[in-house]
Amino acid sequence: MIGVIVLLATTGDVLIAGAMRQIGDFDVVRSHSGLKGAILAVLRNARFFSGVLCMALSFFSLLFALSWADVSLVAPASAALTFITNAFAAKWILKENVDGRRWLAAVCVCMGVFFLSR
Amino acid sequence: MTFRRYLILGAVMLCASVGDTFLSAGMKQVGPVSLHHLLTLLVALKNPWVFSGILFLVVFFAAYLTALSWADLTFVLPATGFGYVIIALLSKYWLQETISPARWIGILLITLGVGFVTQGPSYTNHTHPDPREAVAVPAGTGERTATQKNGRSA
Repeated sequence: MIGVIVLLATTGDVLIAGAMRQIGDFDVVRSHSGLKGAILAVLRNARFFSGVLCMALSFFSLLFALSWADVSLVAPASAALTFITNAFAAKWILKENVDGRRWLAAVCVCMGVFFLSR
Repeated sequence: MTFRRYLILGAVMLCASVGDTFLSAGMKQVGPVSLHHLLTLLVALKNPWVFSGILFLVVFFAAYLTALSWADLTFVLPATGFGYVIIALLSKYWLQETISPARWIGILLITLGVGFVTQGPSYTNHTHPDPREAVAVPAGTGERTATQKNGRSA
């Protein structure tokens, strides 16, 4: 179940990040077509909606998991693992330059979330 | 990275943690919600803590989307992780809770992670067009000028 939560959250994050990359710098879009135009550009993006759907499914999966599993295991484990899977997904799907510094940051934050929830 | 962009990352960190804390405080006042009485959730919206919490989370999502439009996912996500540190510090200094040594280690690790990532470039350039060819394009086309693309990696 933790795997499903992590997979859906990662897919949601990647789709939303991809949508925002497709739309472009929000400040530039806003300067061209105003705040209303910028919001419309986001709302008209199918990738954005798919991302929000995945995040909603991830949230409901988390609620479902919490109904039978220990909150102190599921919540931190899924939150921490999502940082690592997002780094992999960002490198391979979004083609981001995930250098050593970013890997180290992802591992530090992942371990930090784990320790913080103990 | 400009000062304004650091402010947006700050809003991502602060609004998520404050929103979650407010929602938690509000739902404790509302009490347990049964799956058979989901309409109780609508009543919960009348609770000022729940309503404020939702407002903070809306601001968080807007700031998160804005940050993702000029920064990589692997740059923005550690910043969201820093929200856990803010919650822990709020609980210590505002709610007078004690923080165990394991939690201090967690705070240190997340702070280190955020520190590492903010030292590097915020955005990955996939193309390197000639800056002399930079031309303004209409918004919403998904294209950006070369100077805009080159400027964000600094």
